[in-house]
This record gives sequence, structure tokens and C-alpha cells, in this order.
Amino acid sequence: MQVTLTVNGSKVSHDVEPRLSLAHFLREVLDLTGTHVGCDTSSCGACTVLLDGKAVKSCTVLAVQADGGQVTTIEGMANGQGMHPIQAAFKEHHGLQCGFCTPGMVMTAADILANNPHPTEQEIRHSLEGNFCRCTGYHNIVKSIQHAAEQMK
Amino acid sequence: MLTGKGRYTDDIKLPGMTHSAFVRSPYAHAKIISIDTSAAEKAEGVVAVYTAEHCGDYGVPCGWQVNFKNGETMREPQHPLLAKGKVKHVGEGVAFVIAETLAQARDAADLVEVEYEELPAVTDPAKAMDAGAPKVHDEFADNASFDWCIGNDRAEVEAALAGAHHVTEMKYKNHRVAPNALEPRSYIADYDVNGDKYTLYSSTQNPHLIRLLMCAFVLGIPEHKVRVVSHDVGGGFGSKIYHYTEEALVTWSSKQIGRPVKWTSDRSEAFLTDAHGRDHVVHARMGFDKDGKIVGLLADEFCAMGAYLSTFAPAVPTYLHGTLFQGVYTTPLIHLNVTAPFTHTVAVDAYRGAGRPEATYLLERIISKAAQEMGMDQAELRFKNFIPPFDGVNQPGYQTQVALQYDSGNYAPVLERGLEMVGYENFKKEQEEARKNGKLLGLGISTYIEACGIAPSAVVGALGARAGLYEVGHVRVQPTGKVSVFTGAHSHGQGHETAFAQFVADKLGIPMDDVEIFHGDTDQVAFGMGTYGSRSLAVGGSAIMKSIDKVLEKGAKIAAHKLEAAEEDLVYADGKWTVKGTDKSIGFGDVSLTAYVPHDYPEGVEPGLDFSSFYDPANFTYPFGCHIAVVEVDSETGRVQLKRFVACDDVGNVINPMIVDGQIQGGVAQGVGQALLEEVVFDEAGQMVTGSFMDYAMPRADDMPMVETDRTTTPCPHNPLGVKGAGEAGAIGSTPAVVNAVVNALAHMGVSDIQMPVTPQRVWKAMHANGNGKA
Repeated sequence: MQVTLTVNGSKVSHDVEPRLSLAHFLREVLDLTGTHVGCDTSSCGACTVLLDGKAVKSCTVLAVQADGGQVTTIEGMANGQGMHPIQAAFKEHHGLQCGFCTPGMVMTAADILANNPHPTEQEIRHSLEGNFCRCTGYHNIVKSIQHAAEQMK
Repeated sequence: MLTGKGRYTDDIKLPGMTHSAFVRSPYAHAKIISIDTSAAEKAEGVVAVYTAEHCGDYGVPCGWQVNFKNGETMREPQHPLLAKGKVKHVGEGVAFVIAETLAQARDAADLVEVEYEELPAVTDPAKAMDAGAPKVHDEFADNASFDWCIGNDRAEVEAALAGAHHVTEMKYKNHRVAPNALEPRSYIADYDVNGDKYTLYSSTQNPHLIRLLMCAFVLGIPEHKVRVVSHDVGGGFGSKIYHYTEEALVTWSSKQIGRPVKWTSDRSEAFLTDAHGRDHVVHARMGFDKDGKIVGLLADEFCAMGAYLSTFAPAVPTYLHGTLFQGVYTTPLIHLNVTAPFTHTVAVDAYRGAGRPEATYLLERIISKAAQEMGMDQAELRFKNFIPPFDGVNQPGYQTQVALQYDSGNYAPVLERGLEMVGYENFKKEQEEARKNGKLLGLGISTYIEACGIAPSAVVGALGARAGLYEVGHVRVQPTGKVSVFTGAHSHGQGHETAFAQFVADKLGIPMDDVEIFHGDTDQVAFGMGTYGSRSLAVGGSAIMKSIDKVLEKGAKIAAHKLEAAEEDLVYADGKWTVKGTDKSIGFGDVSLTAYVPHDYPEGVEPGLDFSSFYDPANFTYPFGCHIAVVEVDSETGRVQLKRFVACDDVGNVINPMIVDGQIQGGVAQGVGQALLEEVVFDEAGQMVTGSFMDYAMPRADDMPMVETDRTTTPCPHNPLGVKGAGEAGAIGSTPAVVNAVVNALAHMGVSDIQMPVTPQRVWKAMHANGNGKA
């Protein structure tokens, strides 16, 4: 099936199998390997991208379902200008260790801050419940998002 | 990584690359009657289908040998690349399908027809030693792989317990957990017929060891024809140390088909095939005199090996476990007896802490239970039994009853600081107040020690290791004074690129931007033993320090020549050699340029500024610390909420505090996970019923509070950086602290023990045992 969507501001059109997930479409077809796949049950959140401005787990969205949509991946976060404030906050606050969950965390953080620009610690923790991190104990991820919220005021 | 430019193995695409999928056993134990691959072979896109028939007798080896107490050699079954005749755990590979695309490989794998005859299985290590238990390997008399003991004479310890004023007893399971690094294992093998060479891209923690094991012990291919590359790795926690069958199989099959072969685990496969951790069934007794001094400790354990012996498996419940039974206490008599059975499960091997969390759990739970039984304060009982301070320089190291000699330690201050941080003085009042309001608060302490920086090769060799455990550090000063450092340690989240560059820049007095750290490629790095056991900085960093010393020594000769001064008159500071008492100096960059453009050069000195060193430490390092958890238990539902977590650790000198804190915070979350949430569960037939993230509960952001950290500093006396290692401490200290806190919250209801993971159901049952009814 033919799908046409806008990914990080560029229009792309490809013929894909109907069963191809958006995550695999991004990774295999578009070579946007910043979006990771950490599980097969939509539990870990490493594959989170923004679809029409909302955070979705791209492993459970079919590429054909995203037809006509606007997708932002980790590669498109900075919009060509170094780092997005959320990415910069993760760097400054050591919000990543192995880095595998990081793209999903950053995309989820973008969604959190878009809906709630001044979240409390508990609101951040609650909103991250769809994203696993096995390295950081979440401590510095929460701090990074708090800092990003400050920066984005 | 932050911008999507990480290079994980599954991100790599090679020209002509094929994809693969496994047919895996649905049974824990079954005879393979027949395998029909004909339909799969004809399926669209299929390149090859392999079974044990094709892989001959290739099998992956174990890297550690622990013999029976009676001298009988460790029972070591072959671990074939694909199951031969029988399957011995759910998930064992039976057939391997290679196709043009991943979807085609998976579709074709579904077409492989395997007929099985299911057999009874055993998954519990204690039950595996019952008479008549289903045998994992028919060729052995029973399921024991080995048995082992350490410490004082058993009869002496028994006698001490018989004469003790009080004996505390515990029977429990240190249950099995799954490491679950977020990046699933991934391998790509690329055979190049020109030169008969292989490149294996692997998500491994130790590329050189994988190359050695695979070449010398599995496939019999020349080591110098194989390059193992491990770029970014998405977490390991031990599970990516080992040489897995899939690594050898993709490498072998790449040559068979003459094309690159990729295999990436999915999460279900990860649960079924990544080595698990823990799984000890424990019976322990600790005796005390009337003043609360420990008089003896005796423990018997059944420790699962799984169906096959993984790379480090036999070391984990023995030399990484029994040797920690002294803890931080003066216990005069200790004996541990271990039986290590095969079970119809995936292998158990080192998982963050590896044997030391299990030792710490035993010690720290039993001492808190003893305090409760004897009506003593849990902190006071610890203070009473601490080993007095020793720095390993002015006072000798502390000789334990269980082989090791601690390097340096000062245990009371970490507990004092921990108590101060948590506000211990006021806690009892808060607890009573809360109870009046229907809230059950509990506080649990754990004062752990661990052995890191694994370790002196001669010692580990004597203990059964089939490898040395040194590290390699190579410092290449480029002509322009920029520095490339090659380390045999491997970074998969530990931040070596930062911490290593920091101390190199500091020692050389040059900007950090002038230093680049390289790791994870056997063609770049001379050799290495990889990263695990909190050894990277203590062992790998020390190897780099040795090479820096050599650089500075040679640099001084060149500087002396250029400055027309004697070497002994020079001092090196701030990136330059200066003639003492003068302003005559020459910078690091000028010296390095001279070394590579040696026109005006000292006689007899070779050009270049490039040194490699092997560092084999004199001893393990022994970090220690105090972890304190505060929990609130819901009196209606039994749900445990972790309110605070305080950690005062002593990891020796610290190079980068933010990285050390990050290691502690992450380790604590894993330890909390084991205490409250995580457990690999098998049913009677040996099926894993927790084989996905939907069924296996791991800590999420709202399960954790901020981790409050602080440190004391007792430098390691025997390595040049004075560092001890911080990677595992969090996972070691935290688990007993949390369970101690839960028991403390329920103590007034007569609860003195509870089995991990402390689920609401278990807490509710404990609250309602003894006819207690409500809180």
C-alpha cells in the first residue's frame, strides 16, 4: 500500500506492506534509527514519536494508519538548530546512560510539556509511566524534564 | 544518542544483509521426534534453514570451573548452537531461518514443523535435587553441576550456634529476576571471502572475550581473522557479558551463505534466552551472644544454573557470593554450603552485583530480623558488630573468614551519615504518629560491602576462572599533542567517554577536548576483558594510568633534551615540563611533535609517544555503604509505597560525581525492582508466565522517589586512582533495605519476615496472619 506522510518536515511516499509498523517504517525504510524498539507489547516507550503533535508508541501504529500524518522523531526535535531545550536538559542533567530509552523519553517529555508546561515532580513521574528506563532510576530524567520546563518558560 | 545518532547494532544495515529468525522450543523439556523444514525452505525470500544437523558439534563453553567438594570435576554439558535430540528449556533454539527480510524469516520459521514428546520438567533449584526429580542431562547421575563450601569448619560453626544466646533463622528464596536491558541483544555477522575474514557486530559488554571464546572454543576459526565491534550498547547489567549461541550461529552461517546475517532478539525472546539473575533457595542461621555480638553464621543454598552453564555461571553463587559472607561484621565463624543444580530453564548468570546482592540480602535481612527478635535497635546491632576502621596503609587489610582480604574500610561513618540524612532520631515518633492515623510507616537499613574491580588474575585463576582478569590501556599521543586512549573496558551507559577523558586530561594537564576514548572494537583496541563487576575505572583506568606514566617518563627525556637540562631537574605540571626554579619550560604539544619529528632528539630514544599497558590489580576493591528505605504500607490493600531512599556510599575516590550518583540511582531502582515488583515465574510445566513487559513488573518513574545520595571517601590503597567502583552498589544495598522497611512497618503485627517480591498480596497475607486482622 502507498503511504504518504510528513516526517520531520519532509514529505515521504512509499509502497509498504500493510503489516509494517510505523516504528519499522521509520527505521528500515527511512533509516531514522533514532526511534528504538525495546519490546513487543507497547510497554517500554522507546519507540515514542509525535504523530500530529501527540506522543504515540510507533511500534503499535501501522505505517498505513499514519498515512497523511505529520510525524516528528528524535532526529527532527532540534529542527536543525543544535539541540532542543529538552535534549539540552537531558545532556546537562545526565538524563541518559545507555541512551536506548532516551529518544522515547525526550519525545514523551515534549508531549508532557506541551500539555502541562509547569508539571510537578509527581505529574512528570505519572506522565512517564509508559516509558521504561533501566539505567537511571528515573532520577535524572525527572530532573531533566523539570529543568527543560524552566528553560521553555 | 540525544539526537538519534546513536549506533546500536540493530541500527546497522550492510549491503546484501539477510535477516533471521529462530524456531524455539515451546516446551521446558521434550524429546525432538522430528523436524521438517521443507515448507520453510520453499517459502518466499528464504535463503537457508539450519538445524543441529547442520551445525555439527559446535557448542558454547563455560568460562569458569568449580569442582565438587569431593574432587569430582564440574559437570559441564555441551551447550549446542541448536538443540540436539532434546530441548531443555522453553525458548531453546531448534531451527534457524535466514531470509531476505525479517518478515519473511519469521513467516518461514512458522512453517518449520517440529514434533516433540513432552517430558516432565523441574525449574526450582531445591526441587531439582529431590530424589526422582526430572533430569536435565541424562548423562549425569543427578542434577548437580557441582557443590561447594567456604569458610570455617561446619562443625565449629554448628557448635557456636548451639552455644549462642540467640539464633535467628531464615528460609526464603532470593528469587529469579530478568536483567531486561532495554536494548534487546543484536548481532550481525559479515563474512568476507577476500582474506577469509569475519566481522561480528555485537551488543556485547566484552568484545575481546567473545572473539576469544567463539574462535578458540566454538567455531575453531583463527582469532586474527575475526573483528568484533560493539559500538553503542543499550544497557547490559551482566546479561551481555556472556557468549551466546546466537552470536556463534550468525557468524557460522554468514560464511555458509556468503552474506551478512542479522539477528535481533525481540522482547519475548529476551525473556526466554538472556541469562537471568539470582534464583537461590536459602536456609540460614546467625547466632548472637547476650550482648548482641555475632558468634556464627551458617547457610545452605541451592543455586540454579539453568539448563546449560553460561559463561560465568559457576562463579556467581560461589566466589562472587560466599566470599562476601563476612559483610562488614566481625563474625568469627562462617560456613556456606552451596549446591548448584541444573534446571529446565534458561541459564542463570551474573546480573548487576552477581552473588553479592544475594550475600548482602542474607546478611542484612538476618541481622535486622535478629534485632527485631532480640528487641534491639537495627542500627545499634550493626554498630556493635562493625569491623573497626582500617586504611590498608597504616593498618593492614582485614582478613575475612571467607578467603578475601578487604583493602580498606571505615563502616560506622556511612551508617551514621545515613541515619542523619533520614532523620532516624525522629523516625520512631513519626512511625507511631502515622500508625495512629492508620498509616503504616517502616524504615529499613542495609550496610553492605561488595568486592569489585574483578580482579587479580592469579587469584581468579586459583578460584576456577579460565581467563585472566587484567585490563589493557593504550595511550597514543598524536604529533599535535591530541590524545587517543584505547581501553579494553566497554562503555554501555557508564560514561567512560567522560570519566576516563577527565582523569587523562587531568593527569596530563591538557583540555578534556584534546582526549578521545575508544573502546568496543577488537581491531582498534589491543585486548581487553570488558566491563562488569564495577571494574572499568579500578582496573581499566589503572591500565591507562600506567600508560600515561610511560608517556610522561619518555616525554621527560625529550623535554630534558630540548631544555638542555637534566631529567631530574624537571617538573611536570599544567601540561608542561619546567626546569625547577626557572621559567624555562616546554609544553606537552611541543614534546609530542618532537617525538614524531625527531630532528633534534635525545640519543637512544625511539621516536613516537605511544604506550600500551596491561594492569593486573593486587586485590579486589571493596566499596561499602549504607542504604536506608522508608516505606508506607497501605493497611487496606497491602500496597507498598517507597517514600524515601537514602544512600551514603563509599566507593573510594570519585572522578565524576554526577556519573557515580547516576550509577547509584539506577542500581537502587533495580534493587527496588527486585524487592517490590520483579520476579520470573514458571508454572509446573516449566513455562515462563512472566515473559513480557505486560507480565513482568519493572519499576516505572512513579514507583521511585528521588534517591538522596551522599558519600564518605576511603581510598583504595592498591590502585593508582584510589577508586573502588560504583556500578553495582545501588543494586546490592537497596534490596534488603526495602524489605527491612516493609517488615519494620508490619513488625507491631508480629511480622518478622516476608518473601520478595513484596507484592500487595503477600503483604496483605502477612498482615492477616496470626489472626491480626486489620492494622
